[in-house]
Amino acid sequence: MINIKINGKECSAAEGLTILEVARENGINIPTLCWLKDINEIGACRICVVEMKGWKALVPACVRRLSKFDEGVEILTQSPAVLESRKMTLQLMLSDHDKKCLSCVRSFNCELQTLCKELGVDNAVRFDGAVNASEIDDSSLHMYRDNSKCISCRRCVAACEKQDVGVIGANDRGFKTSIACAFDMPLANTSCVSCGQCINVCPTGALSEKDDTKEVWDALNDPEKVVVVQTAPAVRAALGEAFGFAMGTPVEGKMAEALRKLGFNYVFDTNFGADLTIMEEANELLERVQNNGVLPMITSCSPGWIRYCEAYHPEMLPNLSSCKSPQQMNGAITKTYWAGKMNIDPANIVSVSVMPCVAKKFELSRRGQSGQGTFNDVDISITTRELARMIEKAGIRFVDLPDGEFDSPLGNGTGAAIIFGATGGVMEAALRTAVWKLTGEDVNSTIEFKEVRGVDGVKTATYNVGNMDVTVAVASGLGNAKALLEKVKSGEMKVHFIEIMACPGGCVNGGGQIIVPSSVRNFTDIRAERAKALYSLDEANTVSRKSHESPDVKQVYAEFLEKPGSHKAHEILHTNYKATNLRK
Amino acid sequence: MKTLAELQAIKEKMVGQMNVREGDKSVRVVVGMATCGIAAGARPVLQTFSEVVQKNNLSDVAVTQTGCIGLCQFEPIVEITKPGEEKVTYINMDADKAREVAEQHLMRGIIIAEYTVNNSTLVK
Amino acid sequence: MFRSHVLVCGGTGCIATGSENIINALNEEIKKAGLENEVGVVRTGCFGLCSLGPVMMVHPEGCFYSAVDVKDIPEIVSEHLLKGRIVERLLYRETVEDGGIKSLNNTAFYKKQFRIALRNCGVINPESIDEYIGVDGYQALGNVLTSMSPEQVIQIVLDSGLRGRGGGGFPTGRKWDLARKLVPDADQKFVCCNADEGDPGAFMDRSILEGDPHALIEAMAIAGYAIGATMGYIYIRAEYPIAVKRLEIAIQQAKDYGLLGEDIFGSGFNFDLEIRLGAGAFVCGEETALMISIEGNRGEPRPRPPFPAEKGLFGKPTILNNVETYANIPQIILKGAEWFTSIGTEKSKGTKVFALGGKINNTGLVEIPMGMSLREVVYEIGGGIPDGKKFKAAQTGGPSGGCISVENLDIPIDYDNLISIGSMMGSGGLIVMDEDNCMVDIAKFFLEFTVDESCGKCTPCRIGTKRLFEMLEDITAGNGTMEDLDEMVELCEYIKNNSLCGLGQTAPNPVLSTYHYFKDEYIQHVRDKKCAAGICTELTQYIISADKCVGCTLCKKVCPVDAIVGEVKQKHVIDQSKCVKCGVCVDACKKFGAITKG
Repeated sequence: MINIKINGKECSAAEGLTILEVARENGINIPTLCWLKDINEIGACRICVVEMKGWKALVPACVRRLSKFDEGVEILTQSPAVLESRKMTLQLMLSDHDKKCLSCVRSFNCELQTLCKELGVDNAVRFDGAVNASEIDDSSLHMYRDNSKCISCRRCVAACEKQDVGVIGANDRGFKTSIACAFDMPLANTSCVSCGQCINVCPTGALSEKDDTKEVWDALNDPEKVVVVQTAPAVRAALGEAFGFAMGTPVEGKMAEALRKLGFNYVFDTNFGADLTIMEEANELLERVQNNGVLPMITSCSPGWIRYCEAYHPEMLPNLSSCKSPQQMNGAITKTYWAGKMNIDPANIVSVSVMPCVAKKFELSRRGQSGQGTFNDVDISITTRELARMIEKAGIRFVDLPDGEFDSPLGNGTGAAIIFGATGGVMEAALRTAVWKLTGEDVNSTIEFKEVRGVDGVKTATYNVGNMDVTVAVASGLGNAKALLEKVKSGEMKVHFIEIMACPGGCVNGGGQIIVPSSVRNFTDIRAERAKALYSLDEANTVSRKSHESPDVKQVYAEFLEKPGSHKAHEILHTNYKATNLRK
Repeated sequence: MKTLAELQAIKEKMVGQMNVREGDKSVRVVVGMATCGIAAGARPVLQTFSEVVQKNNLSDVAVTQTGCIGLCQFEPIVEITKPGEEKVTYINMDADKAREVAEQHLMRGIIIAEYTVNNSTLVK
Repeated sequence: MFRSHVLVCGGTGCIATGSENIINALNEEIKKAGLENEVGVVRTGCFGLCSLGPVMMVHPEGCFYSAVDVKDIPEIVSEHLLKGRIVERLLYRETVEDGGIKSLNNTAFYKKQFRIALRNCGVINPESIDEYIGVDGYQALGNVLTSMSPEQVIQIVLDSGLRGRGGGGFPTGRKWDLARKLVPDADQKFVCCNADEGDPGAFMDRSILEGDPHALIEAMAIAGYAIGATMGYIYIRAEYPIAVKRLEIAIQQAKDYGLLGEDIFGSGFNFDLEIRLGAGAFVCGEETALMISIEGNRGEPRPRPPFPAEKGLFGKPTILNNVETYANIPQIILKGAEWFTSIGTEKSKGTKVFALGGKINNTGLVEIPMGMSLREVVYEIGGGIPDGKKFKAAQTGGPSGGCISVENLDIPIDYDNLISIGSMMGSGGLIVMDEDNCMVDIAKFFLEFTVDESCGKCTPCRIGTKRLFEMLEDITAGNGTMEDLDEMVELCEYIKNNSLCGLGQTAPNPVLSTYHYFKDEYIQHVRDKKCAAGICTELTQYIISADKCVGCTLCKKVCPVDAIVGEVKQKHVIDQSKCVKCGVCVDACKKFGAITKG
């Protein structure tokens, strides 16, 4: 511990902590902009500058770690020089920023806007001068880049690097520096995996999901169409944040009610697709184990991960489960089994999904559609954010909504399905069913596999199931996935089954979730908080906590699919993969 | 390179050769290199002086040329000037004599009188 | 064995004026004359007198020929090299004395210089390790490895008071000491050399690399031994192809001799060197950016601390010194700290190399003892200002520095004095300005450089310098207000205090310094909309005096934009809306002097 003075007050600080951390411990908040804990620690934006006696320039509190050499140092966090500097930094940013805040998707959720207010920017046009010209990159299916709003904080670059994708970076230099793909290539021409982590960390409106709500409104207003909607498990863990609920508050019932109020004809739950996925995936795993198939088998629920695998680790494609994702399974069953059952022409169904994910927008167009060219499994995929905007726009008083119900079948899921939204959830759900399959124990079989829970990047566990030791591994975040895959490829790690989610922490932290400002996410673990909501829903599930016990799933197999892995199941619920030649 | 001695050996070899580039030398060996001198064989004389000086690391000695000294019949002519001593002029030099003069006069301070110019020669 | 050595400058300056052709012609003529066994031609590094190139020195006579042309070579060979008759018309005029020649070292340009870093430039063949050894090369490394402890080496460097020659002036010995001690259990450490010289007009490092590459190699090996590193990197800009080539040759020679590699001098010490080429970004001269660039990433600085001595290249303790700093090391080891401290001022020991440029007669490279006054440098070594013009200011420290005005001409040049008058030592560019220079324009010039070279990482530098530049543009275009001047100063102070790295923190210096010493000029631009030096074209007008104009039409004929109207024998007038201020009319009217700039 060393002794320092902050704003004249003596305090002690642990060596190695940053000025920002020590100030926070002492009740002083230092504003930041480019700083993202553990992801982007580059001291570039200069919002967090403080005075440090003995140093000729102001120092960035976010990265300036205190050491024994700083004993006795005096730090000023709110001196006139500091406050004036921060304000001037913002004014300079504003001088090269598209200031059309009123029509910006991030208005009221913009970190630049917030800082301008907090730091008293009274003149937004103090500096005028040349403005960088930029074109919007809308080449990809899932997002926009509008660099006229970019403030070069590099948070997106760091997030992309952290994902081991690294398709964006700084181009040119000086005032002309811009964040984009190498050689200003369109994003669609790169091996971007569409995970959307860049959007989640963007402090302004420079990065945003492709807004597909207009298509949804159009469908809802078309009397000819039957509009169905499915919601992914993780959506209900975050949607409430848009309406003032504390992070981690599950809003399943209000969400279902809101969807009905928006005018969807049928409200389904992706949880049903998730239970179905477990049935097919557990079956596939057992087949691989019993028939000396390719192991380890790796889950295929996360389209960002699939794209990453296709582009960066194509040699692992045979390891991917051939199961479609829960979204696609749900959509496929909707337009085949359900359409038949309801006697609706699939061409008249508009199937909408609400996902915590922007890669799902891309997944819609993947190969292996059950309609075989006549229709897509899912037609429109919107994110949690887009749904929140629709609810706002429709004037639905979300906070006051009663809990609504999902439609059945296709609208009910087990506790096993709900935890798909958190890293380790698919694995745990699969284990619950695998134990039953291998041991035949129907009741009292193990339900909770806590070793695979939690926010660690890579988790492994070995379970004795039936007569065999099954080793499983779970990775979330593609950087972690890479580390795990390298170990598997080198033979260092022998494992039967792997769950990989593209986004750190899994879908709860997906690229389509409600955006949390850095001032919160730097000090709160979004992944853990939102996951809590899902695990509480799992525990509270009144139907079952095991996929194979889902009445809806049983019904669909009985009436339509026969059994897991059947010919029909393969036609409708499975797909294939292809290496992409795109290089980063 | 494993020892300082190896370094020293290279250095010694080079020092003699590179001394040519040093200014402020007190001893001057001047060889007449006008057309007459060259015709009479002054070039090997000049070269020999230069070689002996460099090989023996005579850092104090400058070996240079000059134009016609005016005694063309005695070429090749070499003048040696040492500080505080009178100029010594050698005549009718060749490479062998040059080596002898260099080794005796420059290195040991012994003037080889029989090669020098003197009145009798001039009278003759 | 050669009786005569012809040293031809092979520095970039002389190569640019044709010294390669001179060397070829020399070799050819020498062969024709049958002198190939008598006369040796040596390609050396820079002599310093770049404005006189191509230059050559003929030994043993010590004749210094300047501005030599290929056509002169047959004469030099047949007259001088064969017959000993000096070609007087080619002698550098400063070396011609009544009845003979005087040594180059006694000319005004060299007399006041003191050469440590440049001592072998123009003296030895940089591509010959033997010649380097012949002038005591690798002796310091030999002594260090066979008889000194790393601590002793560091102590000598500390005692010498040597400070970094790259700009900041941090004590070199302290840097080494920190790198040795800060992380005691480091598994690897690195020695780096900054040869990414980027200041406009500065080329001292290039000259050392071209003229004496082994000195750098020797010094880096010594540094490696001192801090406990076995690997070194030389980061050199790709725009220095000759330096790169000579360095490559030198490294190979050192490896062949076992002066790099394993168990050097039987001491058990291993050291290896590699070259890394920089792509020419100025910011890569900043130490953290340089290391990040060596690592293979976009060269951008990162905040310090941690300093490289703790976490440098690849996260390992690293020292970084520039070429000139290293070039002092072998001499300090050989001659001792006391010798070194006897040169210079109290807090700035030794010498500094400056690249003289701008409005000065002797442009070139000079090495002076610290403490010499600018007056001596400009008027004695530099030969004064051309065309009898008046000295206005000198700029040191390049885009990070500031200017020295007339009132400071006699201040002894050292690190601390330059800082105290608002400039800095920098890497050693010294640009002289006369009355024809507009100081606002000078500030704008340097700032434009920084704006262009900013890496774009931090906000103050990326946007702040651009806005500052735009303010200067407004001022020089006559669009500035007095309030703008206050805003300009405020922005300068902000950029200094808030930028991430030295590049940004020092970027406003040229503005602040010119504003400090030449405030009147700024005010003149803003209030009177005038540029006295006539540099800022928007504030300059050409006017034809009706009294003097005879209507000869010459000016009208030369005007490229037809801005001059008037009939023969009638008074002519310039249409200011069309005039592009090129000034050719002034020259055309020399006879009558009717056109003036105002």
